[in-house]
Amino acid sequence: MTNPNGRFGIHGGQYMPETLMNAVIELEEAYNHFKNDPEFNKELTDLFNNYAGRPSLLYYADKMTKDLGGAKIYLKREDLNHTGSHKINNVLGQALLAKKMGKTRLIAETGAGQHGVATATAAALMGMECVVFMGEEDTKRQALNVYRMRLLGATVIPVKNGTATLKDAVSEAMREWTSRISDTHYCLGSVMGPHPFPTIVRDFQAVISKEIKQQMMEAEGRLPDVVMACCGGGSNAIGSFYHFIEDKDVRLIGCEAAGRGIDTFETAATINTGRLGIFHGMKSYFCQDEFGQIAPVYSISAGLDYPGIGPEHAYLHDIGRAEYVPVTDDEAVNAFEYLSRTEGIIPAIESAHAVAHAIKIVPEMDKNKTVVITISGRGDKDCAAIARYRGEDINE
Amino acid sequence: MSNIAKAFENGKAFIPFITCGDPDLDTTLKIVKEAVRAGADLIELGIPFSDPTAEGPVIQAASDRALKAGTTTDKIFEMVAKLREEVTIPLTFMTYANVVFSYGAERFISRCKEVGIDGLVLPDIPYEEKEEFLDYTKKYDVDLVSLIAPTSEDRISMIASEAEGYIYIVSSLGVTGVRSKITTDIASLTAQVKAASHVPCAIGFGISTPEQAKTMSQYADGVIVGSAIVKIIAEYGKDAPSHVYEYVKSMKDAIR
Repeated sequence: MTNPNGRFGIHGGQYMPETLMNAVIELEEAYNHFKNDPEFNKELTDLFNNYAGRPSLLYYADKMTKDLGGAKIYLKREDLNHTGSHKINNVLGQALLAKKMGKTRLIAETGAGQHGVATATAAALMGMECVVFMGEEDTKRQALNVYRMRLLGATVIPVKNGTATLKDAVSEAMREWTSRISDTHYCLGSVMGPHPFPTIVRDFQAVISKEIKQQMMEAEGRLPDVVMACCGGGSNAIGSFYHFIEDKDVRLIGCEAAGRGIDTFETAATINTGRLGIFHGMKSYFCQDEFGQIAPVYSISAGLDYPGIGPEHAYLHDIGRAEYVPVTDDEAVNAFEYLSRTEGIIPAIESAHAVAHAIKIVPEMDKNKTVVITISGRGDKDCAAIARYRGEDINE
Repeated sequence: MSNIAKAFENGKAFIPFITCGDPDLDTTLKIVKEAVRAGADLIELGIPFSDPTAEGPVIQAASDRALKAGTTTDKIFEMVAKLREEVTIPLTFMTYANVVFSYGAERFISRCKEVGIDGLVLPDIPYEEKEEFLDYTKKYDVDLVSLIAPTSEDRISMIASEAEGYIYIVSSLGVTGVRSKITTDIASLTAQVKAASHVPCAIGFGISTPEQAKTMSQYADGVIVGSAIVKIIAEYGKDAPSHVYEYVKSMKDAIR
C-alpha cells in the first residue's frame, strides 16, 4: 500500500527538519533490509509468542451478543498482551530493529502511557536506555503508568508546553531526537509521523488482523462482516484493518474520540472535524484553525487525544474503504461500564470508544452477521479517572 | 538576480530573526525598523506556529505569546506591507509548512510577492518535499531557502546545488536556542556547502554573542541570530526596539 516515497494517496511523506533526514533514511534502509531477514523475523515471532503472549484471543462475547440482539460479537483481546495493550507489538518490532541498527537508547512519546510502558518494557528486556515524553496533563490523568515506566527503568519527562498532552509529547520527542541521533532510536507509537514510521508501525501491528482472519476462519468458517477499532493516531485500527483491506466485503470502522461532541471545540475527531494539513512529519487530516494553527483537542481518553490521524487512514477515508465515526466521552464511559458488567472485561477507555459504536450498530444488524471489535488495551489504568468522571472522589 | 543577494553585498550579513506579533505587531514593526537602522542586512520574520518542532523554549514561548495576542497570517501580511513603505532590505518569512499549506500555498506565496517578501524558510520542508512549494515560489519569484545540517553529509551537494537565495546552515544538532559552545566542525561543513552552491550561506542556531558571530562569519557569508533577540523582546516587551537596536549594532559591528 505504501508508495516508494512513503505516500498513501496524497498523504504521508517526510516533512522533517533536515537534521533528521539522514536518520529517517537510515531507518528506512534498515527496515527494508530486516523486514525480509529470516533471523529478524524469527526473533520477533519468538518475542511475540513467548514474551508478549501472542496470538491474542478472539473471544466470542456471548452475553453481549444476546443482550444487543443483533450480529455476533467477537472481541480481539489485545488487552491480554503483556503490558496490557497492542502497543507491545510495535515496540518489540522497533526495539529489535533499533538494536540491530546499533542503537542503545530508545525515546518515545506517550499519551495514555501504554506506549510508554511498552517501550520501557522492551528497553528493560533488551538492555537499552529509555526516555519517555508525556504531556504533564497526561502524567496526572495516568499517574499509575508514570510509575510503571519508572519501575521499568525509564526516565519520564513531563512536557509542559502547549496543551501538555500527546501532541506536545510527540513534538518534544522529535526535538530530543534532533539533538541526539547517533545512539538514539525514536520509537514512535502510532502509524504517524514521517515515512517510514507509518509503514513500520502498521507492519508490526498487522499481526492483529492476520490473527483475526485465521481465528474467524476457525470460528465461523468465513470472514467477519465488520471489523472495528478505536482510532487516534490509528495503530490498533490499522493493525486490525490491514489484512482485510483487499477483502472489500469486510466493513472497516475506525472510532474517533469526539470528546464532548463534534459540534464543540472539545473534540479530537480528526476525520470528522479536521482538514488536510502538514504536521508531525506527515500530510494528513488535522484539527486546526483557518490559519493552520493546530487545535487544542480534547478527549477523556489520553490515548486518542491527538489532533491528527495516520496517513494511511486518511487515504482509506479518501477512497471510501474505511469509515470513521465519532464517539463522545459519555458514550465511551457508558461502554466502559457496559463491557465490564456484561462480559467481565474492563476495556481501556480508548477501546471503549469502539465498544460504544458497536452498541449503536450491532442491534440493527442481522443475527447471522459477525462483528469483530478490537479491545486495544485493558482498562485498569482508567478506573480512577472514570470513577472521578462519575463523581466519585478516589485517588490511585 | 534575487533581491536577497543584496543582503550579502555589505560585508558579512547580519540576519536577525524576529517572531511577528510578540508582544504585538506594532512593536514588531518598530523592532524591525530599529534592527534595520542598526545595520541588519536581511530580516527573518517568524510567523508563529502553534507547535514549532524545530524551536527551543525561547522561540516556542514567543510563538505562544504572539498567538495569544491574536496574531494571524493575514495581520502579518498587512504589517509587512506597512513595513515595506520604509524598509528596503530583503525580508524572508520563517514558518512551518502547515501555515503556508493551510493558507493555500499559491495564495500564500502570491501574497508574499505582493507585500514584498523575498524568501521563505520552512524548517519542516526538506529537499524531498520542496516540489509542491517550488512550483509557486518559482512562479512568484520568491526564494525557497534550503537548510543544511551537521547531519546532512552526503545530502549536502544535492541540496546546495539547487539552493536559492541563501543557504541556512544549521550550526548544531537539536533545536534553536542560545548555546555556550558550538562543537560542529563549521569550517568543513561550510567548505562542503560552498563547493556545491552558487548562493551565499549563513549560519544560525545557537549564536548569541559578538564573539561567536565573529568566529562564524569567518566561514560563512552571514550569521543568523534568533533566540538571543527574542529573549530581549521577551524581557523588554513594548520597550524592546531600542534594546534590539543596541544588540544588532553590536553584532553587526563584530562581523563587519
